[in-house]
Amino acid sequence: MGESRDVTFRVWRGDASGGALKDYTTGITTGMVVLDAVHQIQAESAPDLACRWNCKAGKCGSCSAEINGKPRLMCMTRMDEIDTSVPVTILPMQTFPLIRDLVTDVSWNYEVKKRIKKFRPRKPDNADGSWNMAQADVERVQEFRKCIECFLCQDVCHVLREHERHPEFSGPRHFIYTAQLEMHPLDTEDRLGQLKDEQNIGYCNITKCCTKVCPEHITITDNAIIPLKERVVDEFYDPMTRLFRIFKPGKK
Amino acid sequence: MAGESYKTHEHDVLVIGAGGAGLRAAIEASASGARVGLVCKSLLGKAHTVMAEGGVAAALGNVDDRDNWRVHFSDTMRGGQYLNNWRMAELHAQQAPDRVRELEAWGAVMDRTPKGKILQRNFGGHKYPRLAHVGDRTGLEMIRTLQDHGIHQGIEVFMEFTITALLKDGGRVVGAIGYDRERGRFHVWKAGAVVLATGGIGRAFKITSNSWEYTGDGHALAYHAGAELVDMEFVQFHPTGMVWPPSVRGILVTEGVRGEGGVLRNKDGKRFMFDDIPDLYKQQTADNEEEGWRYVTGDKNALRPPELLTRDHVARCIVREIKAGRGSPHGGVFLDIAWIKEKLPNAGEHIKKKLPSMYHQFKELAGVDITQEPMEVGPTTHYVMGGVKVDGDSQMSSVPGLFAAGEVAGGLHGANRLGGNSLSDLLVFGKLAGEHAAKYAKDNSPGHADAGQIEDAMHEALAPFERADGENPYDIQHDLQDMMQDQSGIVRNENDMAKAVDGLAGLRERASRARADGHREYNPGWHTALDLKNLLTCAEAVVRSALDRRESRGAHFREDYPGKDEAHGYHNSVTSRGPDGHMSVVRRDIPQIRDELKQIIEEMG
Ligand SMILES: Cc1cc2nc3c(=O)[nH]c(=O)nc-3n(C[C@H](O)[C@H](O)[C@H](O)COP(=O)(O)OP(=O)(O)OC[C@H]3O[C@@H](n4cnc5c(N)ncnc54)[C@H](O)[C@@H]3O)c2cc1C
Ligand code: SF4
Ligand code: SF4
Ligand code: FES
Repeated sequence: MGESRDVTFRVWRGDASGGALKDYTTGITTGMVVLDAVHQIQAESAPDLACRWNCKAGKCGSCSAEINGKPRLMCMTRMDEIDTSVPVTILPMQTFPLIRDLVTDVSWNYEVKKRIKKFRPRKPDNADGSWNMAQADVERVQEFRKCIECFLCQDVCHVLREHERHPEFSGPRHFIYTAQLEMHPLDTEDRLGQLKDEQNIGYCNITKCCTKVCPEHITITDNAIIPLKERVVDEFYDPMTRLFRIFKPGKK
Repeated sequence: MAGESYKTHEHDVLVIGAGGAGLRAAIEASASGARVGLVCKSLLGKAHTVMAEGGVAAALGNVDDRDNWRVHFSDTMRGGQYLNNWRMAELHAQQAPDRVRELEAWGAVMDRTPKGKILQRNFGGHKYPRLAHVGDRTGLEMIRTLQDHGIHQGIEVFMEFTITALLKDGGRVVGAIGYDRERGRFHVWKAGAVVLATGGIGRAFKITSNSWEYTGDGHALAYHAGAELVDMEFVQFHPTGMVWPPSVRGILVTEGVRGEGGVLRNKDGKRFMFDDIPDLYKQQTADNEEEGWRYVTGDKNALRPPELLTRDHVARCIVREIKAGRGSPHGGVFLDIAWIKEKLPNAGEHIKKKLPSMYHQFKELAGVDITQEPMEVGPTTHYVMGGVKVDGDSQMSSVPGLFAAGEVAGGLHGANRLGGNSLSDLLVFGKLAGEHAAKYAKDNSPGHADAGQIEDAMHEALAPFERADGENPYDIQHDLQDMMQDQSGIVRNENDMAKAVDGLAGLRERASRARADGHREYNPGWHTALDLKNLLTCAEAVVRSALDRRESRGAHFREDYPGKDEAHGYHNSVTSRGPDGHMSVVRRDIPQIRDELKQIIEEMG
């Protein structure tokens, strides 16, 4: 199993009313990830240390935290890629209200999603209620559908993090969600008005911080946000498009 | 505890669990007009279903038009060694295609065939390519589709709540009590009908692909409410879990790897699966490597490679190789997909496209590039075939008003589940459970749970806080997991299991002294203390049922009775709580199968 060496973790302990960083030292062996260390600390010395996790394999998006200042999934951050000569700091995501320790209140994201107009498919192509779609046409959408809702992109986006524009700016996760609906080969709904006025996609100034932290490697800015911005511009600011629409209704 | 208060909610149908089965049940119940509450321990969209990889089985016949529900039915029965609830196997095979197509109507985007239809892949025990999929993240696609559809249905969702007891009015279930994990406050749900969709029990074992949620809550809730459990001896050990590094031990490596051409080798480089092909599958299995490769690349006339035999068999072959000293350096065997570069020019890209999350999982967690080198794998506790015994048509348990669907329900899979048959199970029976629960709620007047039950449940839940000098619950959980792994795991015998029965009594006593430190807000130590009761109930049901089945069949292997015994082929093990409060296991005859179904099984061979 390899040598165990002691590593110190500086973990945020506390709730909405306040708290402090607390040091815990635990033995690290080959291949361990940060989440393993947190579990070990729970079992050894802090049974009430709160953290979320489910899959331990980067599939559920529960274990988001800020490790040495970087928004990461704890279950996919290997200890051997971290400098352990100094204490390893683990903070909860800073953009969301704290519940306790490493657990934050992300319920806002669920509310935002609910307000985005739902999928509305065209009539089925076949008698059994199915549709035909080419693989090439679904790949773009499949990229966005890889999202595991870890909300790390929301955590890092300065519009939410520094400017706290939570109610009116839906954030990169929901641009991905909307892009996935808008570019879905079967969808017939129009969400461009929502994107402009309710999601305020215009606030995004394409810093690409969201893309950099996405553990699913979704090209959030280039593949989703920029094309959506273009569609919004075409729809609302380009007189030719508006004219064109009179003759050719339908969004795609 | 005096003066402990609680908040009350009222619904027609209360669904406990928001994985595929729970979401599908909630959607159906609310579509029929019922007021629905949906409770889950994690955030929405994080349930176990999100982790499913390989695909959802449905006889769409898109890739091989010889497929139809009859073939799927007979494959499921053969895989389950004929202990299945045949009515469920019938409904499942018939309705799965519609349920999968419906997902596309709700926005799912599955991988496509060249003709633009839903693509299907090979999986163990399925005669034809049958698993609709999206790369190797099918579960994510499914849960997200149901979630995103469900949030527009007016379902009231309670995220991060744990149900600790069902409430009864006489013989009928009329609600549930639990606490919110964030604040640790109690809530009572009054409901016309309750659907359990809580998933499995994998955390009762040490090496498992299952998350912390899999503590068998639904199994235990049903049992303590008087419902019968069935087939609890059948726990599926998936043949391929990660074995190295130690911290990832047990994490699943999808069967899709073998479906795409991955082969199993021992340390001598030998494809050992050719050495032992069971009679039941001889006619369907290739006896040479070339034919196996042709099969996975779509040759309809080729037979499948032995790596795609059922999971119980593959797991035992792997254990055999390891025990014989032919294993890999870290106590597994080799699973090699990189070898296909001998056959395909752009194999590396192909593997990344077909198995993207496996590629990442190994790259990031084990430092292994699966396009270049083999993986090390070994068996991991994966799934429980046993569960709440339900009526095949309505999904109602033996207790009126209590329904169950998904992994927590028993019957469909018999002695062994085929890969992909769980996701389809969730959809088919989630829907039926939701439909019948709503109907039950409508047809019956509201019940009433007396205050005493609620007081008792709150008292029990808070007890760990009163034992300041009690034992650390994590230690008890670890000891249980070690014991189950060693004494009631893949290879079982009378001696070990008798020891496990005694061991369980000791652990129960320790659990009654488990302590919780700190506050009630989001306190994992407290939650672990409460999980122990459920884990112990499930573990006991597994061990007692396994002791009673003196043969080897499907996932249940006894080295003291290594053969199949026909005398055991006609009954299921039924577990329930006796009048004295002790657990009893009885043998119950399987109802006579309908003639036309019997005929299908005979024709398919
Ligand atoms: C890694 C992995 C890969 C898999 N791949 C496949 C595959 O490719 N194909 C396939 O068919 N199957 C696969 N399976 C199996 C399949 O994913 C599961 O059997 C299935 O998802 C279970 O779904 P469910 O709806 O029954 O339960 P889950 O999705 O586990 O949901 C259970 C729900 O119940 C809730 N819950 C539990 N207890 C309580 C309580 N006390 N109070 C409140 N809520 C509670 C949980 O919070 C959760 O929301 C895989 C399993 C794993 C682990
Ligand atoms: S690119 Fe836009 S959405 Fe992404 S982090 Fe920057 S401002 Fe936020
Ligand atoms: S887009 Fe990426 S970072 Fe954002 S929530 Fe989804 S997976 Fe996480
Ligand atoms: S625990 Fe699921 S992503 Fe980390």
